[in-house]
Amino acid sequence: MNKILVIAEHMAGVVNTSTHKSVACALLIPDAEVDVAVLAADDKAAMHAAKLAGVKSVINVTRNEFTEFVASTAAPAIAELAANYTHVFAPSTTFGKDVLPRVAALLGVGQLSDIMIVNGSHSFVRPIYAGNALVHIDADPAKKLLATVRIASFQPVTETGDATIETANITASLPTHTRFVERSSADNAGPDLQSATRVVSGGRALGSAENFQLIYKLAKQLGAAVGASRAAVDAGYAANDLQVGQTGKIIAPDLYIAVGISGAIQHLTGIKDARTIVAINKDSEAPIFEVADIGLVGDLFTLLPELQKQLGG
Amino acid sequence: MSKILVCIKRVVDYNVRIRVKPDGSGVITDNVKMGINPFDEIALEEALRLKERGVASEVVVVSIGPAETQQQLRTALAMGADRALLVEHAYAIEPLTAARVFLKLVEKEAPLLVITGKQAIDDDNGQTGQMLAALWDRPQACFASKVEINGNIAKVTREVDAGLETLELDLPAVITTDLRLNEPRYVKLPEIMKAKKKPLETLTLDALGITASKQFNVTKVTPPPVKQKGVMVKDVTELVATLKQMGSL
Repeated sequence: MNKILVIAEHMAGVVNTSTHKSVACALLIPDAEVDVAVLAADDKAAMHAAKLAGVKSVINVTRNEFTEFVASTAAPAIAELAANYTHVFAPSTTFGKDVLPRVAALLGVGQLSDIMIVNGSHSFVRPIYAGNALVHIDADPAKKLLATVRIASFQPVTETGDATIETANITASLPTHTRFVERSSADNAGPDLQSATRVVSGGRALGSAENFQLIYKLAKQLGAAVGASRAAVDAGYAANDLQVGQTGKIIAPDLYIAVGISGAIQHLTGIKDARTIVAINKDSEAPIFEVADIGLVGDLFTLLPELQKQLGG
Repeated sequence: MSKILVCIKRVVDYNVRIRVKPDGSGVITDNVKMGINPFDEIALEEALRLKERGVASEVVVVSIGPAETQQQLRTALAMGADRALLVEHAYAIEPLTAARVFLKLVEKEAPLLVITGKQAIDDDNGQTGQMLAALWDRPQACFASKVEINGNIAKVTREVDAGLETLELDLPAVITTDLRLNEPRYVKLPEIMKAKKKPLETLTLDALGITASKQFNVTKVTPPPVKQKGVMVKDVTELVATLKQMGSL
């Protein structure tokens, strides 16, 4: 019997879809029982987590220290919870990437990053070199398996479950050497980039933050989230949390429209799993056309208004 | 005054298009251009700037890798690091082993700060900094885009999925760097000459009393699935029609 603990990512009492996807990955482990751990200041997120289909129990740890999640503070608590499990999973978002290696080291074990495919209880496939190669890995079954889940590779579980909520008390002392100060979010109206079914992304060719509004307009019309290439973020046209790629967000929308993005391999790795990729670029040699399902060569400043007009009709 | 330890990794240059070996045993790295992992280069640049601001008195650059890693350490010395330590090891090691090795160096050097990249662009693991912080029992701030040091406290802004988050850390601590923290400087020729005279010490895992642990056995390496070639459309009308036909609109 494999016992898997998924560490929930949540904010303001709402469990992030990355958790639903991590649970979906955990349920693919043969002969598995899946629990979800919620570390929070109150019960709200635990109540939400209890609805995740396939989850047996929600392990609820409420402490004031978890009002804001700080990896250095929470890691000893997660390490303590891990004692009863063969596997501990977390989403490969900045949340999971931050905390899980710390938990692994506290437990004296390694960690697997970015599970793409589950082939067995200790057998997985993960990407390396920005997804340009896939490694097939057999993990030592004698060791506890900690892993982050590449969320673009899994569909979220539904919210039709009814897991029991168990209260857990942590005896580990939690360090106070790392303190939350503040969080600021760019005001991104519209759907969340990581779970959106449609995404419109802009690149360096937009030329300015002002012109980048064209991307917002098209996205709004399509009910899409807005993304950006690294070049556009570096140039200050778009906020950092919009970056799509190897070091930004890895996304898997049904429709991805790349506007004025040349398509560096680091960007392409972030969109590989999109079902349909549309590329609009004035350079017909741009690498983005190698991965695009539909390519259109031309000046974005002419094509975008025309596209909006045709969609509006 | 205090010391900053910067951990760097020798990796395939980020411009190289990686190819998988036909026998599935790995990726082709023979005669491929190598360099410092770009995130680690940013880590070094940040350490150098902190030194220039008078926050630190010495920047020590460390790495684990084959003998050829001396090239990357020499580049780091040319950028401005004061001295280098290479833990020579011919084979790839898992991040937990790397963190154990770095902990030994931390114990030896007693730095105020350890800075390293948030991930290496070869294995994309993104674990070593966090693991070192855990073993060292010190704070971590990952994906840093801004670092301020005031006495024994660091204020670090991090790039997280929700936007930007700021943490306050009691030093010593580990910081891992994101892309927008800084732009690393170019190395000038006279610096390369000078770097040849800077100290570079070589150690081994054995000498540090570390045995490489192995939890993850790579059974094969395969190329990603090949995508079907797409279609080119001539104008917006055809684009919209094609999207509708594919059920995407």
